[in-house]
Amino acid sequence: MDKPVHAGSQDRGIRIEGLRKVYGHGDTAVEALKDVNMVVAPGEVVGLVGPSGSGKSTLLKCLGAVIEPTSGRMILGRDVIYHQRWMISDLRALRRDKIGFVFQAPYLIPFLDVTDNVALLPMLAGVPNAHARKRAVELLTALDVQHRARAMPSQLSGGEQQRVSIARGLVNRPPVILADEPTAPLDSGRALAVIRILNQMARQFDTAIIVVTHDEKIIPTFKRIYHIRDGVTHDEPGEGRGID
Amino acid sequence: MISLAGRDIAHAWGKFVLTGIGLGLLIGVTLTMAGVYRGMVDDAKALLDNSGADLWVVQQDTQGPYAEASSLSDDTYRSILGMAGVARAANVTYLTMQVSGLGNDKPREIRAMVVGITPDGAGHPGQPAYLVAGRQLTRSHYEAVADIATGFALGQQIRIRRNDYTVVGLTRRMVSSGGDPMVFIPIKDAQQAQFLKDNDAILRQRERTAQNPLLNRPGVPGLLDAVIASQSSNNSVNAVLVQIDAGADPQSVAEPIRRWKRLSVYTREQMHGILIEKLIATAARQIAMFLVILAVVSAAIVAFIIYTLTLGKIREIAVLKLIGTRNRTIASMILQQAVALGLIGFIVGKVSATFWAPIFPKYVLLETGDALRGFVAVVIICVLASILAIRAALKVDPAEAIGG
Repeated sequence: MDKPVHAGSQDRGIRIEGLRKVYGHGDTAVEALKDVNMVVAPGEVVGLVGPSGSGKSTLLKCLGAVIEPTSGRMILGRDVIYHQRWMISDLRALRRDKIGFVFQAPYLIPFLDVTDNVALLPMLAGVPNAHARKRAVELLTALDVQHRARAMPSQLSGGEQQRVSIARGLVNRPPVILADEPTAPLDSGRALAVIRILNQMARQFDTAIIVVTHDEKIIPTFKRIYHIRDGVTHDEPGEGRGID
Repeated sequence: MISLAGRDIAHAWGKFVLTGIGLGLLIGVTLTMAGVYRGMVDDAKALLDNSGADLWVVQQDTQGPYAEASSLSDDTYRSILGMAGVARAANVTYLTMQVSGLGNDKPREIRAMVVGITPDGAGHPGQPAYLVAGRQLTRSHYEAVADIATGFALGQQIRIRRNDYTVVGLTRRMVSSGGDPMVFIPIKDAQQAQFLKDNDAILRQRERTAQNPLLNRPGVPGLLDAVIASQSSNNSVNAVLVQIDAGADPQSVAEPIRRWKRLSVYTREQMHGILIEKLIATAARQIAMFLVILAVVSAAIVAFIIYTLTLGKIREIAVLKLIGTRNRTIASMILQQAVALGLIGFIVGKVSATFWAPIFPKYVLLETGDALRGFVAVVIICVLASILAIRAALKVDPAEAIGG
């Protein structure tokens, strides 16, 4: 089952249909996700908002192929990656090649410099070091942190760290990026800057980006928002302010 | 692919180097302990080699003169000289005691093995093999040849029991099996030193003998003096050392001495066995126990350090796993760090042991073979010690990188 099943017409973007996740069995079972339906087109940035305990983190872990959903369907580009079960055996490679992650804290590897933090992913995928570093520097340039390319993570500001983290999420050109509260530790100005960068990168690299957030400062920036309540998603239009 | 372990070590080099130094000192102690054992074996070998003897003739049913007390009449060597295959034979006495160096404001006492040898017997067994200064013993009394480890100087006066001796020669690497340096004195003096009583005891013994009517007869002049003289002298030696004719078989020469002289005779191999397997066997087991404990402590330290370092990187490991790093890459990173720590420790340990070994009061022999075996042991210990940390790292759930 290594070969994903093709579905849909687009090579990039993500579609989730009727996704459920139940923890435990019998009387102790907890249904964290009841009915999740999402469609994020390539180049689009959508917000995923909801109160604590609504299932945001569970959904992110399912989308990130870290935990297995109970049922439903997930389609990444043309490939059905989950349909009642994982359709791909090597989830590690799926995470490495098809999904980018941007975390609440940047979680950069403290003993690698900025370039190697970004270049590590392609290196893990077998890309030669020089080529991986070239690709990393291109992204760092696009994100305007190329001047810190040789710096260690501890020498960067919070905003710079988050931009490096975004570069790492983008470096393998994944069809989808999952951003978990990427602006939480930042002030308004930097938070909006990060969202602008994410929108710009989504368009530039044709990537679908899902931003999980509580941050009231950035919620108005999304053109489309998925609200999740009690494990069920509701698609609502956003204001899309201050992005372009 | 870049070396994650190398980058981590370069990033936190201070922590690694300090831990490596701590571990290295422990490894240095371990190598030194092995060196102490090797030194004891080498001392035993030097004792046998430098004696110049092929056979050791000692009191019947004893393992003397090094492992047990042995007493032979000092004219035994004459009859041994007449045996087939015997080239040279010489009396020798051994007594470990305190020897005082005189001539300074404060006499300096050292523990030494006092060896009684026949003066003017160069080339005979038991003599100092070679001198680094001065000459061999030529007079029958009050001269000494000392090992330079005693610290005595040429011409210095030393005191053994109540008598003073002049150091006329210095030799090197003449030590007992316990590592004590040797002091050679004329055999008559050594015999006296072994059985010398204090003056009060001698007076009491003379009075006691004089009051015995059988020994103090008015009609037999000179009897009492003869008895007292026999009581005051000692004609025992501890061993007769024998050199055999060139080409002779030691066992073939030893066997007739055993049979006809009713004495115990040991060849060099047998004496080597007595020294290694009996005399220093307990000390060797003691050292072996220390080595095992030190190895376990080293393993525990490496395991603890690597485990702690790994636990401090749990979030980074979760991120690495989430972004697609293979388990074997992470395990390899931890393993390489453990081995690197062992390498730093081994280098520090080897250098430390080399520096401090000469300061030890007894001979510490650091053998290359022991160092190689120690290196292999350190690597194996580090690999085993990293298992705990690798298990902890592989258990890390990549989901830990995602909040909630």
